[in-house]
Amino acid sequence: MTTESDLKPRYVGQSMKRREDPQLITGRGTYLDDIKLPAMLHVALVRSPYAHAQITAIDARRALNRRGVVAVFTGQDMLDINPLPCAWQAGRVTNHVNTPRALAVDTVRHVGEPVAMVLAEDRYVARDAADMVDVSYEPLPAVVDARDAIQPGAPQLHANAPNNIVMEWEAGDRAKTDAAFAQAEVVVAEPIINQRLIPTPMETRGTVARYDAATGEFTVWMTSQAPHVMRLLLTAFVFGIPETKLRCISPHIGGGFGQKIFCYNDMAFTMWAARKLGRPVKFVEERSENYRASTHGRDHITDAELCGRRDGTITGLRVKTHANLGAYLSTIAPGIPTTLYGRIITGVYAIPAAYCHVTGVYTNTAMVDAYRGAGRPEASYLIERMVDRFAAEIGMDPAEVRRKNFIQPDQFPYENGLGLLPYDSGNYAPALDKALEMVGYADFRALQAEARTQGRYVGLGISSYVEICGVAPSAWIGLAGEGWGAGLFESANVRVHLTGKVVVTTGSLPHGQGLETTFAQIVADELGVPYADVEIEWGDTQGTPFGYGTYGSRSLTVGGTAIKKSLDKIKAKAKRLAAHMLEANADDIEFADGKAFVRGAPAQAKTLAEIALQASVAYSLPEGMEPFLDETSYYDPPNCTFPFGTHIGIVEVDPETGHVDLQRYIAVDDCGNLINPLVVEGQIHGGIVQGIAQALYEQAIYDTNGQLLTGTLLDYAIPTAAMAPHIETAHTITPSPVNPLGVKGAGEAGTIGAAQCVMNAIIDALAPLGVKHMQMPATPERVWKAIHKEL
Amino acid sequence: MTKITLTVNGTRYTRDVEPRTLLVHFLREQLNLTGTHIGCDTSQCGACVVHLNGVSVKSCTTLAVQCDGAEITTIEGLAPEGTLHPLQEAFWELHGLQCGYCTPGMIMSAADLLAKNPHPTPSEIRHGLEGNLCRCTGYENIVRAVSSAAEKMGSPDA
Repeated sequence: MTTESDLKPRYVGQSMKRREDPQLITGRGTYLDDIKLPAMLHVALVRSPYAHAQITAIDARRALNRRGVVAVFTGQDMLDINPLPCAWQAGRVTNHVNTPRALAVDTVRHVGEPVAMVLAEDRYVARDAADMVDVSYEPLPAVVDARDAIQPGAPQLHANAPNNIVMEWEAGDRAKTDAAFAQAEVVVAEPIINQRLIPTPMETRGTVARYDAATGEFTVWMTSQAPHVMRLLLTAFVFGIPETKLRCISPHIGGGFGQKIFCYNDMAFTMWAARKLGRPVKFVEERSENYRASTHGRDHITDAELCGRRDGTITGLRVKTHANLGAYLSTIAPGIPTTLYGRIITGVYAIPAAYCHVTGVYTNTAMVDAYRGAGRPEASYLIERMVDRFAAEIGMDPAEVRRKNFIQPDQFPYENGLGLLPYDSGNYAPALDKALEMVGYADFRALQAEARTQGRYVGLGISSYVEICGVAPSAWIGLAGEGWGAGLFESANVRVHLTGKVVVTTGSLPHGQGLETTFAQIVADELGVPYADVEIEWGDTQGTPFGYGTYGSRSLTVGGTAIKKSLDKIKAKAKRLAAHMLEANADDIEFADGKAFVRGAPAQAKTLAEIALQASVAYSLPEGMEPFLDETSYYDPPNCTFPFGTHIGIVEVDPETGHVDLQRYIAVDDCGNLINPLVVEGQIHGGIVQGIAQALYEQAIYDTNGQLLTGTLLDYAIPTAAMAPHIETAHTITPSPVNPLGVKGAGEAGTIGAAQCVMNAIIDALAPLGVKHMQMPATPERVWKAIHKEL
Repeated sequence: MTKITLTVNGTRYTRDVEPRTLLVHFLREQLNLTGTHIGCDTSQCGACVVHLNGVSVKSCTTLAVQCDGAEITTIEGLAPEGTLHPLQEAFWELHGLQCGYCTPGMIMSAADLLAKNPHPTPSEIRHGLEGNLCRCTGYENIVRAVSSAAEKMGSPDA
C-alpha cells in the first residue's frame, strides 16, 4: 500500500533549472523601464548639489519655455500630500521621526535630494530642461559622521531631534555585563567600523504611474520588493485615499538587496503628477541618482569590548554603536540597527552577559536602511572579529575558541538574553568541522609557518555566523514589541482549475531568488501533479492576496509555508469530495501521488483533475460544500528561523603593495532543508561576493561637506568577475522546527558570513607584523598603512 | 534629425534620429528591443552590450548615427527565433543568472569572448568579462556557464 509518507518527492530537493529563465536569457523580460504607455511623460529631477541648504527661490521659466516640456513642479506644489511614512521605529523607545517629502520643501538635507521635477514628452528633453531650472540656495553647514553629528555645536538637521539623535536604544543586561567585565581575566577592546555601502542592484529604481480620472484609481508599476506594502503606505499615509484606489504592480525586478523594499518619493511625485496632468508619468533613476538618493546600508561606528578567561571561555560582550541613518528616516530604518542587530550580537556563542547600546543619528547623507543582511552582517562582523581578537590575545587557536563557546545542540531552543525569541535549532560544530576539513586546517598552520620563513604572509580566517530569517511572529515584531508598524505574515492562494491546472498566487515578490521554480516544486510534489501544470503568480496587488513582500530571507520560510497551508486545505477538501464521488467515508480516504482513494483500494482512485472538475461543474457536491478547489492561507510563524554556518577564507597579502589575494573561499551553510540546491547555491555565491566586496572593495565616502565622492560606478568598486574568487560550498542540514518545510532561509546568509571571514584572514596573515585589527575595506593603501603602523 | 539605415537582428531599418541619440535608446525606444538594458551612466556595467558588425560594444556609449550602414545583433537576435544559443542554454542549465538584468549584456560579451578565444580558462573568462557587472551571482555560475558553452561549441557535433 502506498501512503503519503512512503512517496519520494519528485521535485523537492532537485536542482531544477529555473522556469523564470527562458524569458530572461532571450531579452524578453519586462523590467520597469521597458514599460511604455500611450501619452506617457518622462521625469527628470532637479537635485540638490548641497548637503544642507535653504532653498530661497526656484525659477522654472527657462525650462518651461523649452519645447516638449509639459510642466515643472516643486515641493510647494505637493503640500497636499503627506511626507513618506516611517513604518518601523525602534521598539519601546522614543523615536524623533523625520521623513522626506515627495520633493524638498524649503530645506535640503543631503546631496541629491530632489527639489523639482520636470515633465517632458521625451527623456532627453526632460533632462535638458532639468538643467534649465534655476534654484537658489543658501548653504548651511553640514555633518556626515554620526559621532560628529551628536557633538555640541554640530549642525542641526531637524527641530525635533536635538543633537541629531533619532533614538537611544538598548538590549541585554547592563549591570550583569559590567560585572562580568569587572571580574574578567582578559578584556579586549576595538573600534569596529562597519562602513557605509551602496546596495547597487544592477537595475536602478523607477516608477510608472497612471491615473484614471473617471474612477479615481491609480495604477503604479514600481521596482518594489513589497508592492502590497507600498499600496498601503502610499494610500493610507501619503495620499489619504482609500487603499482600493491604488493598484501596485512589480514587473521583473533587476535585483533589490533591500534597496527596493522602501517607500520612495518618486512613487509619490509620479502619482501626484499623473493625477495633476492626466497623463502617465515615468521616472527611472540614473545610476548616479541611485547612488546619491536611494538608500545606503550599514554605516555603524562601534566600540566593542569582549571579556573572558585565559582558558578561552567568553564571559561578556559590551557594545556601543552609533548608527548613521542619514538625513531622514527611510521606511524601516530604525528597526535595522536595533532588533536585527543589537539582539543578535552574541552570534553563535553562549555568552552569559551581553549589553548593546545603539544611538541612531541623523546626518547630511543619503538615508540608510536595510541592505542584504540588514543588521545581521554588522552583528556577525562585530562578534567574529572580536572572537578572533580574543583568541589572538590569549594565544589560542581561533577554531578552538569558537568550538569552546558554541551554543551546544542540547541548548536549543536557545535564549540569548538580548530580547530575541529563542534560536530555533542549531548544531554549529559540524559546520565548523566540515569547513576545517575542506580547507585542510590540520596542515594549514605548518604551511603558513613555512610561508612566513619565505617572507610570504598567508592567513586563514574563520567566520561562524548565525542570522535571523523569516522575522516573525507579528505579536513579537509588532508595534507594542519591536516597533514594526504592521504584521509579518505571508499569504498564498491556491486554485485547482477545472482542467486540473494549479494556479498559486503569492504575496511574496521574487526578484532573482528563483521562487517561481522553488514554489512550483513544492506544489507539484504536495498535490502530485506535473510540475508544468503549476503556475505561480505574483507581483500585482490586483489578483494576489495581501502579503508583506520579499526581504529578510522570509519568502520560503513564511511565503512557502503559506502555500503549504493552502495545499493542505486543498487536499482536505479534495478528500471530502473524493469520498462523495467514491461513496466512501471521508476518514477512509488517502491522498497520494495526485490521487484520492479509499485506503487499501488505490485502483478505484479519483485523480486531482477529476476531483477539480467535479468541484467546478458542481452538480454533485457533498452537502454544504462550496464549489471549486480554492483555498487561501495567511501564515504567521511562531518564531523566526536561525540559519548558520562557517566560512573559511585563505589570503596572501603582499607586504610591499598591501594587495590582498583571496586564494580560497569555503562556505558551509546550514539553511535547513533545501528545496532547490542549485538555487540555494546561487544565493550563497552572490551573498558571499557582496560580503567579500565589503571586506576588500566597497565604501561609500562623503567628504566633510557632504559631497558623495563615490557617486558613480567609476568610483564605487562593486566587484567584477576578476575581483571575485572561486567559491567552494557545502551544507549541513538542520531542519527548522518552526515551519513544516523545515527551511531556514538562504538569501542573506552568504553576506552575513563573508566580510569577517576575509578580514580575519588578512589579520591572521599580518599577525607576525603586529597587526591586530584593521577597518574595512582592506584596500592596498589601508593594508600597507597597517603594516607600516600608519593607522 | 539624421536619417540612418542599419540592420538589426537581420532586419533592415531606416529611421530619423537626433544625432545625440545613444544606440541603446535607439534600440529600446525606437525599435522596442528592450532586452538591451541600462545599468549605469558611466559605461561600467555592460548591461547594454550588443554586437556591432560582430564585435561587442557598449550601446550606451555608441551613438546611433555611428551605426549607419552597420549590422547590429542584440540578445533578441543572438539565436534564431525558437532556439537558444549555447551560451543561453548554459546560463539556464547552470544557473548563471538570478534577476536577469545583467544577463543579456553578459551573454553578448561572453559570445564575443568565445569568438576571440574559443577555449578560455576560468581566469581568462573572469578577465574577459571585466566590462560586465553582475550583483546577484557572485560570477561563480557565470564562469561555469561560459566554460560549459565553450566546451559544447568546441565539440565536433556542435
